[in-house]
Amino acid sequence: MITTYLFYFLSFLAIMFALMVVFSKNPVHSVLYLVLTFFTIAGHYVLLNAQFLAAVHIIVYAGAIMVLFLFVIMLLNLNKETEPHKSVWLKASAAVASGLLLVVLVGSLKSAETIVATNAFDPNIGLIENLGKVLFSEFLLPFEVSSVLLLVAMVGAVMLGKRSIK
Amino acid sequence: MSAIQTVPLNWYLLLSTVLFTIGVLGVLFRRNAIIIFMSIELMLNAVNLLLVAFSSYLSDAKGQVFVFFIMAVAAAEVAVGLAILMMVYRNTKSSDINILNKLKW
Repeated sequence: MITTYLFYFLSFLAIMFALMVVFSKNPVHSVLYLVLTFFTIAGHYVLLNAQFLAAVHIIVYAGAIMVLFLFVIMLLNLNKETEPHKSVWLKASAAVASGLLLVVLVGSLKSAETIVATNAFDPNIGLIENLGKVLFSEFLLPFEVSSVLLLVAMVGAVMLGKRSIK
Repeated sequence: MSAIQTVPLNWYLLLSTVLFTIGVLGVLFRRNAIIIFMSIELMLNAVNLLLVAFSSYLSDAKGQVFVFFIMAVAAAEVAVGLAILMMVYRNTKSSDINILNKLKW
């Protein structure tokens, strides 16, 4: 099946790029690898029939958030030379700790019961019409509250970014 | 043809677990505050992927609506967090997380 192979390919790319985000020395390279990771995750969304969410994911994450990260890194003039390093022991313990977390999570998921889908499979669930209906009927109040949240975040960012607050 | 009909849900569970763990590894491994921020974004995206997989598997649009809200919260968090990092950098001339060790107490 082509979707299965695409799943394996995209998963491999996502995990590899995510590891490159953590291990690359230059912060600018980390940001670019994170953008590639987001593109592979958008590919997964397309595979899962969530086309609208894939488009929003690329626009919001790769288009807005990552550009913000890139701007800040370039404003702060971070590069390979200014990069702070942890000692080898701290790095080894970090790797061991996250490896153990992975083992625990995978072990607990192995023994979990398999979920059986109750509804029939509906391929139109991720289209904009369905999502809009749910978003503007059932989740109308959270939607409006999240707009207030974005306004508060904007005001907060401007306040923090000002050079001196009297 | 959707991937959820051919790929078992457990593979998506495994993939997002691995991505989440890589995010945790990034938080523990690096000292640059901006990279730590990026690792947190990676963890959020692992959870988003899992929500979309479950939503597609159970044919329920609510999971995908939740992903929208997570994206909005992530955008707000990044705007405020990067402003705080800029302010810290302006005062200390460093993006090292160890500068902020007084926050421990």
